[in-house]
Amino acid sequence: MQIFPCPFCGPRDETEFLFAAEAGKTRPEPAPDVSDAVWADYLYGNDAPKGTAREVWVHLTCGEFFVMTRDTTTREVKSCAALPGKAS
Amino acid sequence: MQRYSAFSLLREGLSGHRGWRPAWTKAKPKSAYDAVIVGGGGHGLATAYYLAENHGLTRVAVLERGWIGGGNTGRNTTAVRSNYFYPESVALYDLSLRLYEGLSKELNYNVMLSQRGMLIAAHTPAQMEICARIANAMQINGVDGRLMSADEAQRRIPLLNQTEGARFKCLGGVWQGRAGVARHDAVAWGYARAASALGVDIIENCTVKDLTIEAGQITGVETNLGPIRTNRVGLAAAGATPGLAAMAGVRLPIHTYALQAFVSEPVKPILDTVLLYLGTGTYVSQSDKGELVFGGGLDRVPTHGQKGNLPAQETVISGLLEMFPAFAQLKLLRQWAGVVDVVPDSSPVIGPVGPAGLFVNCGWGTGGFKAIPAGGWLLSHLMATGEHHEISRPFDLDRFEHGRLIDEAAGSGIAH
Ligand SMILES: Cc1cc2nc3c(=O)[nH]c(=O)nc-3n(C[C@H](O)[C@H](O)[C@H](O)COP(=O)(O)OP(=O)(O)OC[C@H]3O[C@@H](n4cnc5c(N)ncnc54)[C@H](O)[C@@H]3O)c2cc1C
Ligand SMILES: [Zn+2]
Repeated sequence: MQIFPCPFCGPRDETEFLFAAEAGKTRPEPAPDVSDAVWADYLYGNDAPKGTAREVWVHLTCGEFFVMTRDTTTREVKSCAALPGKAS
Repeated sequence: MQRYSAFSLLREGLSGHRGWRPAWTKAKPKSAYDAVIVGGGGHGLATAYYLAENHGLTRVAVLERGWIGGGNTGRNTTAVRSNYFYPESVALYDLSLRLYEGLSKELNYNVMLSQRGMLIAAHTPAQMEICARIANAMQINGVDGRLMSADEAQRRIPLLNQTEGARFKCLGGVWQGRAGVARHDAVAWGYARAASALGVDIIENCTVKDLTIEAGQITGVETNLGPIRTNRVGLAAAGATPGLAAMAGVRLPIHTYALQAFVSEPVKPILDTVLLYLGTGTYVSQSDKGELVFGGGLDRVPTHGQKGNLPAQETVISGLLEMFPAFAQLKLLRQWAGVVDVVPDSSPVIGPVGPAGLFVNCGWGTGGFKAIPAGGWLLSHLMATGEHHEISRPFDLDRFEHGRLIDEAAGSGIAH
């Protein structure tokens, strides 16, 4: 069993987490100027990197999304951080 | 090519088996080819065979970074079937099943296709309705599929857990009689042998490190064994395809996950169909040697490492024991994982991408063993003619731009 870190709750069992998306995508705007190809890439395109990856995960237990940096081959977790933005 | 037959077996048996020759030639790379295929799994090898056999193209190389069939083709649980939902999928997977039905003869190599049937078992009236929907869709699409009753399921699979306390009682399900299993290594080796006999170079320990592109046209590949010139490249590298496509600036709708499989110690014949439980997500068949071969869903952590995690093992094994409590006495012999290329609509991506002359056949995810003959047939058509075959057209990457996804995960409710 692997232990993943949640920036809010600390180290927890991997089964409490769910991979959401690759980090770093920005929604292309303004919508009328976005071509189908750019939109499709935003929705579906991935790098599926081998080695270091920055990913958005959710800790299902507390419901928070955060960024985790991992090695996709060794599965070593390098860091985790809350998503940038204002707390509400 | 040395043909295999009952007579050749007898002759060799009588002469001490000294006359067998290697099934295919281990080739060294030439400086140029008419077509290069990256990936010596089933799809790559079948592509090479059909390029030569259907299209007369024999200056063809298959480049494999390890040994042929060492990827997912040699790691899968070998279920073959065409019980899909959408017409596009049934056309694709049934082409494959029909090609499988003639494959041992076509390749003069026994791929041990065993059409023992497959039951997808349901546990609630709502699931039975979904099964009826799939069976109806299959019949409308012209393939054999029907609803099976709980009684018939119990007759065919006497060890099913139908006791009072069972969490997932089998109410019946959808049955495809032409489904079954085939020998995975034999499929890779059979295609390799037949392709090699037609003049294709199969080059192992050859890693493609870069794609060469000039003025929007593929002109070759860089490998650890040196550069190779070609103006047609087909990528059939499963979980490694995103990294290869990136060399041409192409992003694919793929995430890579580990999928695990398990084999128990061998026992006497106890199960003569392929069985999938909708309730547990575990599926199982019995090999000719008597081992139970089983698997289930993906590990939920994206990875490129060919190893599985413990939570997925627990889910799959507890699922199996729910289906067959008696199997708790069995010992596990082996467990392993492959890196599968998963697409959001659980359908493959077949077609041209990026620069002229570059084609992909990927995204088969957890279910591309059954599709090997069709995948090879369709990619060879694309590489030889530059045009889609009508069966591969709906699976082009452009479906993501047009929103015409072929969502088989939702459509047929099956993970494999
Ligand atoms: C555990 C498990 C169970 C499965 N069960 C089933 C099942 O029951 N039924 C079913 O239909 N499907 C099943 N599948 C899926 C099936 O195995 C795959 O979809 C199918 O084998 C893919 O074949 P392929 O030829 O595309 O890929 P592979 O067989 O993986 O071949 C790709 C090859 O490309 C090579 N390669 C990668 N990068 C490079 C490079 N840079 N240069 C050169 N070569 C390279 C790799 O070494 C590899 O040999 C299962 C998969 C797994 C992992
Ligand atoms: Zn948390």
